[in-house]
Amino acid sequence: MNKKLGFLASRPGIVVTGAAIGIIASVLSFLGNPANMGICVACFERDIAGALGLHRAAAVQYLRPEIPAFILGSLLAALLAGEWRPRTGSAPLARFVLGAFSMIGALVFLGCPWRAWLRLAGGDLNALLGLAGLFAGVLGGVFFLRRGYSLGRSYAAPKALGLVMPAIALGLLALAIAAPQFGLGADGAAIGPVYRSAKGPGSQAAPIVISIAAGLLIGYLAQRSRFCTVGAVRDVVLFKDGHLLYGLLALFGAALAANLALGRFKLGFEGQPVAHDDGLWNFLGMALSGLAFTLAGGCPGRQLFLSGEGDADAGVFVIGMIAGAAFAHNFNLASSGTGPSPYGPAAAVIGLVVVALIGFGFKERT
Amino acid sequence: MEANDDIVNVDARGRACPEPLMLAKSALARSGGKAVEVTVDAALARDNILRMAARSGREAEVRVEGELFVVRLGAAKA
Repeated sequence: MNKKLGFLASRPGIVVTGAAIGIIASVLSFLGNPANMGICVACFERDIAGALGLHRAAAVQYLRPEIPAFILGSLLAALLAGEWRPRTGSAPLARFVLGAFSMIGALVFLGCPWRAWLRLAGGDLNALLGLAGLFAGVLGGVFFLRRGYSLGRSYAAPKALGLVMPAIALGLLALAIAAPQFGLGADGAAIGPVYRSAKGPGSQAAPIVISIAAGLLIGYLAQRSRFCTVGAVRDVVLFKDGHLLYGLLALFGAALAANLALGRFKLGFEGQPVAHDDGLWNFLGMALSGLAFTLAGGCPGRQLFLSGEGDADAGVFVIGMIAGAAFAHNFNLASSGTGPSPYGPAAAVIGLVVVALIGFGFKERT
Repeated sequence: MEANDDIVNVDARGRACPEPLMLAKSALARSGGKAVEVTVDAALARDNILRMAARSGREAEVRVEGELFVVRLGAAKA
């Protein structure tokens, strides 16, 4: 039997997925999400960490519904396609550490690979430094892969394990919709359990129903098409395979066109929304992220989609990212619009060392 | 990887991206013209290997064995 690939797994399929994500991201930003941040997996997980009180940076607290919707959209796609496979056992603790440091790197740059492309599509030229760093990080990851790096194989797991991340996603959505607030502090600010920024990026959001629908659709499309912003670069270097790259270029092109059409394009380095213009740390922050994502097998969006289709190890990576966001803000490692924090660069260097040690240390194949 | 008379077998079950494709490619490079059979448990890995086969002009067939896919890669077409 010669198995035919489904439409979404074909080249037109990945292009449709990338273009859909680019347009949806631009429109979500137009409808209220922060500028050049229609979708940012790292930023949104950081906002979720804040909403849950895991960090207390008042400007970035919102239970972003797109993230749990990504997981549930992918779950639905995997169930319908017969591809839902609960599995675990591929060094989950190492994946937690990779997730945490990928987030710390992303918050030094101020965005994940998705947002790096979306920032560029909004005219933010600082993203070029971030993308250069991302490529460098992916090249580093390819170096380790070529010398036999592997976190080892995963094994089939009970169905219940594959439902844990979807259940967490449902719980987060329930909290996002109900937004329970059990009291007010002396200054009138809400005191948990779900925090919500009164100003700053965390206060800017598209209508929740639209965010959920957009997240479900993207989760579905990305699970079927295998969309991955890190695999896109990795596969070109490793296999000269441009398949995923077409999806990424479609994302960029569609977001650029949509931003121009909606009047949301501003070219330059200075005064860009939720960004700084320190080129060195834009580069090195994203290099750390790119290396960590490559060693974990995919970009932060991909980790969410894998979580939905039953990969509990990808779920641990996601939890690691959320923990990393908490550390990044509690330890004052995250950059701001004025530049890197005093401690962010040291954290990025420590991260590069730790992630490289994982790259050298985990070797299985001969 | 074990080789019998006419098939090189590769076990890529449970491997995350991009390892199944790396294992398949390295087996092809060492197969010396023999057919290569790669066993994977993910549709993603199966599709990646099929795409690589199509790109390099190789015959490829998928056999479903329970929850596993066995992708058989033939010699390169002339």
